[in-house]
Amino acid sequence: MSMIELTNVCKSFGDGEILRGVDLQVDKGDIVVILGPSGSGKTTLLRCMDFLERAEQGTMMFDDETTDLATASKQTIAALRKKIGFVFQSYNLFANKTALGNVMEGLTVARKMHKKEAEQIARAALERVGLSDRCDYYPSQLSGGQQQRVGIARAIAMNPEVILFDEPTSALDPELVSEVLAVMKNLAEDGVTMIVVTHEMGFARQVATKAIFMDQGVVVEQGTPTELFDHPKEERTRQFIRKILKEELSENRQAEE
Amino acid sequence: MDGKIVSLLIDSFWKILLPGLKITIPLTVITFAIGMILALFCAMVQITNVKVLSPLSKFYIWIFRGTPLLIQLFIIFYGLPKLGILLDAFPAAVITFSLNIGAYNAEVMRAAILAVPVGQMEAGYSVGMNYFQIMGRIVLPQAFRIAFPSLSNNLISLNKDTSLAASITLGEMFLAAQRIAARTFEPLALYCEVAFIYLIMSTILAKLQTWGEKKLSVHERREN
Ligand SMILES: Nc1ncnc2c1ncn2[C@@H]1O[C@H](COP(=O)(O)OP(=O)(O)OP(=O)(O)O)[C@@H](O)[C@H]1O
Ligand SMILES: [Mg+2]
Repeated sequence: MSMIELTNVCKSFGDGEILRGVDLQVDKGDIVVILGPSGSGKTTLLRCMDFLERAEQGTMMFDDETTDLATASKQTIAALRKKIGFVFQSYNLFANKTALGNVMEGLTVARKMHKKEAEQIARAALERVGLSDRCDYYPSQLSGGQQQRVGIARAIAMNPEVILFDEPTSALDPELVSEVLAVMKNLAEDGVTMIVVTHEMGFARQVATKAIFMDQGVVVEQGTPTELFDHPKEERTRQFIRKILKEELSENRQAEE
Repeated sequence: MDGKIVSLLIDSFWKILLPGLKITIPLTVITFAIGMILALFCAMVQITNVKVLSPLSKFYIWIFRGTPLLIQLFIIFYGLPKLGILLDAFPAAVITFSLNIGAYNAEVMRAAILAVPVGQMEAGYSVGMNYFQIMGRIVLPQAFRIAFPSLSNNLISLNKDTSLAASITLGEMFLAAQRIAARTFEPLALYCEVAFIYLIMSTILAKLQTWGEKKLSVHERREN
C-alpha cells in the first residue's frame, strides 16, 4: 500500500491545461525523481500537493486518508501541510530572519513549540545540513548553496513524512550544486521520503528508487532510474534523456576547461 | 543687523518654539500614527481584495491625494459646520492631516508589501503558518523596511504641512509667528525665523531617518 497516491490531478491556468490527469504513487522511503521538459507541469504538480496551487480536480491519498485536492478544507490543508515539507527552487528564505530563525519560525509560530525546544531542534537540523557555524547569519550573508541548505533544514525541522524538492539545485552556481546534493543524499540514506524534481542524472541514478518522466501535463513513463534512463520505452522519454545527457556532457567539458 | 532685530529674534524664538512643542509636534505625531493605521488598513484590504472595502479605500485615496490639502482643511473646518458638524481647530486638523497622510502612506505600504517576494509567503504556508502569522512576522517587517525612506519623506512633509493649520486658526508655530510679525512689523525676520525652526525639525527627522535606515538594514548587509 502506498503512502501517497495521487489520482487524476488536473490544473489549468486560463486556457492552458497544465496538468491533465496526473497519477503518482509514492511508498514510504521512496526517493522519487521527476524529470520533464520546461513547462511540463512538474512545479505545478508539487505545488498542488502542498496546496500552494489549487488543483481543479484530483485526489491525494496520504496515509490511508483520501483528500479531494479541489475542495479540501482549511483544516485538512493544515493537517496535510504538517506531513509535507517543501524545498523551493529559489530557497524562499525569510529575509528578515537568521538561518536559525528561519528554521525555528514554523516550530514556534505554527506548532506553538517552546522557544528552547524549537531552538534545539533547529540547531540539530542546521547541523544535519552542515551549517552549525552559520546559525546567526541572515540569508543575504549566505551563499546560494548555504541558503538552500537552510531551506532544507527548515523543511526537515518540521519532521514531515515527505519532502518535496522543486529543482533545488537549478538556481545554484555549478560549484555549489554538489554540497546541496550531498545533503539530500544523506537524507535519502536516513530513509526520508522525497519527491525531487531535478535534472541531476547522477543524483537520480545514485539515490532514486523511482524515476518519472512528465511531458505536457501527464506522466509519460515511470520505472526505476535504470529502466527509465537506459531503456526508455517511449520515444519522447528517449529524446529527452538524450538531450539532458548531452547537456551534462558539455557542462562537464566546460567545467574541465 | 541692528540690535533691535536680534533681540526680537531671541525674544520671539521661544514664543514660536513653544507652540511648536505643544502643537506642531504632537499634531505631527498623532496624525502620522492615525494615518499609518489607516494606511495599513487600506493597503491590506486592497492587497487581499476585500469586497466593498477595497474599492472604498481606492476611492478615499483618490479623493485625498487628488485635492489640495489646504482646501481639505477648509472643507472640514469651515465647511462641515454647514452640515451641523462643528469642530474645534485641533480636532479638525487631526482629522484632515490623518486622512491626508493616510492616503499617501497607503500607497507606499501597498507597494512595499507587494515588493516582498511572494515565495516567502509560500514558504510560510509550507511550514504551517497561517496568513496573519506570515503577514505579521515575515511580510510586514520587511515591507516597513522597504517603505521606511518613503514614509520618512512623508513624515517630513507632514511636519511642514501642519503650518497650513494656521489658516484654520490653530495656534501652531506659523500662526504664532504671524501674530508677532503683525505686531512688530517685522515679517521678514519672523517668517525667516519660523522657517528656520521648521528646517531644524526637518533636519532632525532626516537624521533620524538615516539612523533608522541603518538599524533596519541589519539583515541586508553582507559581512566582509
Ligand atoms: N501562476 C501561473 N499562472 C499562469 N500560468 C502558469 C502559472 N504557473 C505556471 N504556469 C504555466 O504552467 C506551465 C507549467 O509550469 P510549471 O512551472 O509547472 O512547469 P515546470 O515543469 O516546472 O517547468 P520548469 O522545468 O521550467 O520549471 C507553464 O507553461 C507555465 O507558464
Ligand atoms: Mg519548475
